[in-house]
Amino acid sequence: MDSEGRTIRCLVAKVGLDGHDRGAHVIARAFRDAGFEVIYSGLHKSPAEIVQATVQEDVDVLAISILSGAHNTLVPKVTAGLDEYGALADTLVLVGGIIPDDDADTLKDAGVAEVFGPGTKTETIIEYVRDHAPER
Amino acid sequence: MTDDLVERLLAGDHRALARTITTIENRAPGYRDLVSELHRHTGNAEVIGVTGSPGAGKSTLVDKLAVAYREDGLTVGVIAIDPSSPYTGGAVLGDRIRMAGNAGDMDVFFRSMSARGSLGGLSTATTDAVKALDAFGKDKVIVETVGAGQNEVDVVKTADTVAVLVPPGSGDDVQMLKAGILEIGDVFVVNKADLPGSDRTVQELREMLELRRDAGAGGHHGHGAAVDPDPDQDGTADETPAWRPPVVETVAETGEGVPELLDALADHRAYLEGSGRLAEIERTRYAEEIRTLLREDLRDLLADELDARGGLSSYVEAVGARETDPYAVADELIAPISECVERQRATETGTGESRTGNGSDDSTTENGTDEQ
Repeated sequence: MDSEGRTIRCLVAKVGLDGHDRGAHVIARAFRDAGFEVIYSGLHKSPAEIVQATVQEDVDVLAISILSGAHNTLVPKVTAGLDEYGALADTLVLVGGIIPDDDADTLKDAGVAEVFGPGTKTETIIEYVRDHAPER
Repeated sequence: MTDDLVERLLAGDHRALARTITTIENRAPGYRDLVSELHRHTGNAEVIGVTGSPGAGKSTLVDKLAVAYREDGLTVGVIAIDPSSPYTGGAVLGDRIRMAGNAGDMDVFFRSMSARGSLGGLSTATTDAVKALDAFGKDKVIVETVGAGQNEVDVVKTADTVAVLVPPGSGDDVQMLKAGILEIGDVFVVNKADLPGSDRTVQELREMLELRRDAGAGGHHGHGAAVDPDPDQDGTADETPAWRPPVVETVAETGEGVPELLDALADHRAYLEGSGRLAEIERTRYAEEIRTLLREDLRDLLADELDARGGLSSYVEAVGARETDPYAVADELIAPISECVERQRATETGTGESRTGNGSDDSTTENGTDEQ
């Protein structure tokens, strides 16, 4: 729940040809244990599928896990899709994975709020979500 | 704000539909007005409930149904309900993973809901979310839920047609009786029919349904219908032919048996429309909806009254010390409310009677018995 006692909804998403879902599972579990409602996308989703799920589920947070190195291609497609449905402004988009610093800036320009690298504590991410979950 | 949201929803804005359901789920301020506004745009969608034990293959089958309806040019809404943790309130809503066949198709609106909290408002939230999808113009609305417990049975009452999934080898017939699933199903699906033991499950199911039917027939010959689970025994049974729930075998993973299931669902729909049952269950449903809202509103009213008196704890202590008892406390707390009601009724003696005269009396009483 956030500060007003509202249940926070999150989509934990794996995008593209990337089969590494341990991180996504850890995050999904941590979010659940923090009292969030978590929707997990499953593996190998296209940007369009992630957009569809984010729009329909009306999640507060979209957490994209990506370790394939294709983040510069895939993530902007997701954020552009969200924008098309008027969902970018009030969705907190987070990216987790191995993202070089330069790329992180590119992603932030594309509408990503924050990028979390390996070793980030789940508490840190949960706290960030609680503090930044959009007003509804 | 509300008007704007409804307008956008009616105009086909997906985001507005999503936000409407969020508002409903959160019981956010203004949600009642929102649903009130939506209600008159509803009544066109066919609502199908799919229930069954965890792992029975509900989500996969729902995905296949949605694909088939889309191929017929119909639009589909899906509400998938998953349990939430009673400890943290958190939930992992996993049904979406199985919706592979409709990935990227915006005309399948899939929404995951958690059985949030213990307030018992799940059936209200589901009913209202179905209304949103209906008003949006979805032709078919599928409500998917784990079939265990009263909550789920209530949820399933939102649907016109209920499909119950039974996995092969799910125990002997006593198990089925215990689960109470025979009463709620209009169509039974033995999914994973390629697994060993499925023939036996199909056979057992058919036998159980046959027994139910015989018991129902007994009701025709003079005995009161009050305890009969068969929905056709409520007074109009003489004109309405009974529906015989078919048992369909499917393999959701491969799509085998899905056409037969679609036929069975369509048959039930035709039966509902042809027999007048549809109008009947709608009346029952609206009566139930009103009753649920009243119950919730009364509870809120009572909660306010309790707060005003400083909460329950002093009463609890008094009960523990044997100074008073729970019944006396309840009487005392309810007194101001019932006094208000009585005073109100006294001032408008004339109008009190017109309220009991509406047409939904029989369904109202019928329902009143099974919830008390």
